[in-house]
Amino acid sequence: MRHAFALRIGPIGFRIGSDWRAPIDQLRSLYRDYPAPQDGVADYTVRLFARRPWRRWLRPSVEIGGDYMLPEAAPLPLRHGLLAAEMAMNLQMALGARRHLLLHASAVERDGRAVLMTGVSGAGKSTLATLLAARGWRFMGDEFALLDPATGLLHAFPRLISLKNAAIPAAEAAWPDARMGPLMAATPKGDIRHMVPDARAIAAMDRPATPALLLFPRYGDAAAVRPVPPAEAFVRMTQASTNYVALGEAGFTAMTRLIAQIPAVAIDYPDGASGVAQVEGLCAAL
Amino acid sequence: MDHAAPGPIYRADPPGGLVVVPLDAFTAVYHRRSGMTHLLTEPAPQILAILGEAGLSLKALLDQLAGDYDLADATASALAARLDELVAAGLVATS
Repeated sequence: MRHAFALRIGPIGFRIGSDWRAPIDQLRSLYRDYPAPQDGVADYTVRLFARRPWRRWLRPSVEIGGDYMLPEAAPLPLRHGLLAAEMAMNLQMALGARRHLLLHASAVERDGRAVLMTGVSGAGKSTLATLLAARGWRFMGDEFALLDPATGLLHAFPRLISLKNAAIPAAEAAWPDARMGPLMAATPKGDIRHMVPDARAIAAMDRPATPALLLFPRYGDAAAVRPVPPAEAFVRMTQASTNYVALGEAGFTAMTRLIAQIPAVAIDYPDGASGVAQVEGLCAAL
Repeated sequence: MDHAAPGPIYRADPPGGLVVVPLDAFTAVYHRRSGMTHLLTEPAPQILAILGEAGLSLKALLDQLAGDYDLADATASALAARLDELVAAGLVATS
């Protein structure tokens, strides 16, 4: 492709090719502190391309593709090219990963112990992870946590943090010096702005952590805490894994071990500060 | 002459065909042959454990369950319904 960039996020190497320069320039800038893929070989190739040659110039519209395709993936306007790149990277991971059990969760770590936070879009996975990181936790990722079936350890995947709507000013307030991508208004997911994880998160991204707590946060209601029984946690986590079925017995064994080893708790939180206090309180009681 | 038809023999997978992990009231079962995960409640895990590859008739299974688990109120029709569910899930076969 005309423009390309390669990088590694945690254990995963990507090569992104594009018909346009702008998304690659943005990725190169925002991911400037990330290493190249191990031995120069990317695990996934992502392509941003124009469906018809003239669409490179005329109302440019970005199709996303790679080793794995979703035929119904809608193209995005070029001004949302960075979002298209991130979505394409996520898609390749979600459909292709076999080395790890992929958990659709954010994760933070302290003293080698990781807190996993999972939930639907808008539950506050990214926001809580970002706010906890501002309080000294190590940010491991806001989209995928990678569980190694062989060791039971959690590997970091600290890609750019995808902030949506109200999470944007909350994260900007918590991290006033953070490097930010362009504000992409009115995308299919609302307003989106990418934030570069802090230097500590990038420097430590090859260090795995032991899972210690599984959280199901939900933003909006008065503060509440509810223990989640193992069977419910198991079902919710199999649904929150993009490759549980593909991994077969290795996925089953890894998931049942995770559920058996750590407590699972659902929390409602009315605002970021309350959510952070609830998570830290639960961790202190472990 | 009028003979009552013999009931079916219910068979489960051979030992090693299932990975069984009790969670709480539910038991997670990975079925190696199909690659499917099932969540079962009592008495389904116990039924699978007793049936095995050789298989049992409904009557023999009921007797063994009653003996092993003190199922005073176990009925053949209730057990048959549970077995039908396990057959539908692909965890039990009949012959």
